[in-house]
Amino acid sequence: MIKYNSKREGTHYLNPYLGGVLMGLLMIVTIFISGRELGISGAVKDTVVETAHAISPAAAKAHPYYGMYIKDGQSPMHSWLVFEVLGVFIGALLSGIIYKRVRKPFVEHGPSISSKRRLVVALIGGILWGFGTRLGRGCTSGAALSGSSTFSFGGVMVMLLIFASAYLFAWLFRKLWT
Amino acid sequence: MGPLFPNGLISGDWNLVIAVFIGFGFGFLLEASGFSSSRNLAGVFYGYNFVVLRVFFTAVIVAMVGLLYFNYFGWLDLSKIFILPTFLPSMIVGGVVMGLGFIIGGFCPGTSFTAIVIGKLDALVFAVGLFIGIFLFAEVFPYIEHFYYSGNLGHVTLTDVTGISAYWWAFGFTVIALSAFWASWLIEKKVRKRIKEYKF
Repeated sequence: MIKYNSKREGTHYLNPYLGGVLMGLLMIVTIFISGRELGISGAVKDTVVETAHAISPAAAKAHPYYGMYIKDGQSPMHSWLVFEVLGVFIGALLSGIIYKRVRKPFVEHGPSISSKRRLVVALIGGILWGFGTRLGRGCTSGAALSGSSTFSFGGVMVMLLIFASAYLFAWLFRKLWT
Repeated sequence: MGPLFPNGLISGDWNLVIAVFIGFGFGFLLEASGFSSSRNLAGVFYGYNFVVLRVFFTAVIVAMVGLLYFNYFGWLDLSKIFILPTFLPSMIVGGVVMGLGFIIGGFCPGTSFTAIVIGKLDALVFAVGLFIGIFLFAEVFPYIEHFYYSGNLGHVTLTDVTGISAYWWAFGFTVIALSAFWASWLIEKKVRKRIKEYKF
């Protein structure tokens, strides 16, 4: 017998195929208007650059990595992705409200691990993604999803590798999820 | 006519405003589809929840076909759009690292943001990790700079590399997607018999 989580009995999600169609249409609109596709990790990078710049403007400008993204007279946060990500937060919040999924802060974790363990692995996962997105020139949204949709060879390659890699390591980390 | 911004038909400022609305739609769709739960996301790797595959693949084939249609009718000049460049070795390593991060952390950057706004602390911690990861990358950048820029094939498309036209790729992706949807439906039925809870 399959039981729903009693706390959020029957939490409703959009039909995934409908979600996919709408997302695909959104991506077409994005390209039609902006000539680029959506992404996420670049905005995080912009925020890190801005933080470095705020802490020490001279050192950041001279830094081999941060310096590439610091232009005179314009904040790194003045970027398409940062504005897009702002929208992502708002849109997700609205969806969470409509579907009644907004809750007081809590830790969601698999049945076999503790909240503490979950927080530790979430941090590790985040660090890996932070590093990985820089190497991969994007994340699942920017490189995999958007890249593939625009027929980018690198995009498809990164998409395949992300999923192949995760499948490869899945058995090793099964206790985190099952 | 399109793309509007590169063709100078809308200003840079409007492009930024529109970015917010596009992000709004993206964030809404991600959360509404269930991507705000790491357990839903990880499900594709254990066979109990294929939402990632269904949304992702559908979006890709819709976008591919749509872009080709727009190009065919002359509404969109595909030569003017941004194509993600290919840096072979670093992107391969990046993909593997991200995959590992996916199975350990259960999120990707975008999905973690949608989870933060509905109250998930693990997503918040994940996002802090993102910052740290990028910071670490910046710190080791001088040592890996050569590797980072190596194998630059340019902004190559699947057609550039394989010689197969985009139309065939779109068709091929659609066939694979439909097969994957059918296969995942079969797998999900089997796996869910063994578990009590699969909607979080």
